[in-house]
Amino acid sequence: MKIVLNNRDEEFNSDSVTVSEMLILKKFSFRLRIIKINGTLITKENYDTTVIRNGDNVQMLYLMSGG
Amino acid sequence: MRISEIRSHLSKFRVGIAGAGGLGSNCAVALARSGVGTLIIADYDVVETLNLNRQYYFTDQVGLMKTIALKENISRINPDVFVITHQKQLDMNNIPEIFSGCDVVVEAFDRSDMKEMLIETMQTYMPGIPVVVGSGMAGWGQTELIRYRKIDDTLYVCGDELTEVSDDNPPMAPRVGMVANMQANVVIELLMNAEI
Repeated sequence: MKIVLNNRDEEFNSDSVTVSEMLILKKFSFRLRIIKINGTLITKENYDTTVIRNGDNVQMLYLMSGG
Repeated sequence: MRISEIRSHLSKFRVGIAGAGGLGSNCAVALARSGVGTLIIADYDVVETLNLNRQYYFTDQVGLMKTIALKENISRINPDVFVITHQKQLDMNNIPEIFSGCDVVVEAFDRSDMKEMLIETMQTYMPGIPVVVGSGMAGWGQTELIRYRKIDDTLYVCGDELTEVSDDNPPMAPRVGMVANMQANVVIELLMNAEI
């Protein structure tokens, strides 16, 4: 499947992945982040159950300390 | 558009500032100079000497609540701005009440878990209000890394999204000020495009 991740095209071998699987596949290990799929916020509790499908627009934002 | 027209337009809006440290104090001052009508500023800290390397306070304000000190500084710059202060730690329960009626909210915390909490709370309970986030501004140099990104109509991020503050990579006036002023610039753009 093909998705858009932070405005870039990404391809995965499977037909769908959960958010947790995507984080592992892409080696995104940083803990504090915001994820939105097609404009909907996905909170941490739902990473295992939320499925990313072909054509989805995934936005991820890392939150770095400092201000 | 002339400056008087810009100020007249901006005076009709209300902006929330979550945190009055390096990002919040500098962003609030930029918005006040621009003529934003109402600023709602929330912070529970006092001004410390170490803060003065980047935050918009003065030596004689050390020990004062940041909200009180910032309100005073804004009134000396632009007395027409209406400043509402909240001396409390923001959490999931009080954010919707404190920032209700805001046209935009600026995320200006230092701790990343607080940034996450504010964004999640705003996007869940006040999904129509745009949030302008600051993420990644530690140290000095690396000017070319600081950027702006629109995630969608309700979420914007300023910063390098890369550097994290630590003892060896402290926050300093130039990069923190750049991000704070970028956040203010995004707020102004959103408000200038908004109808009231």
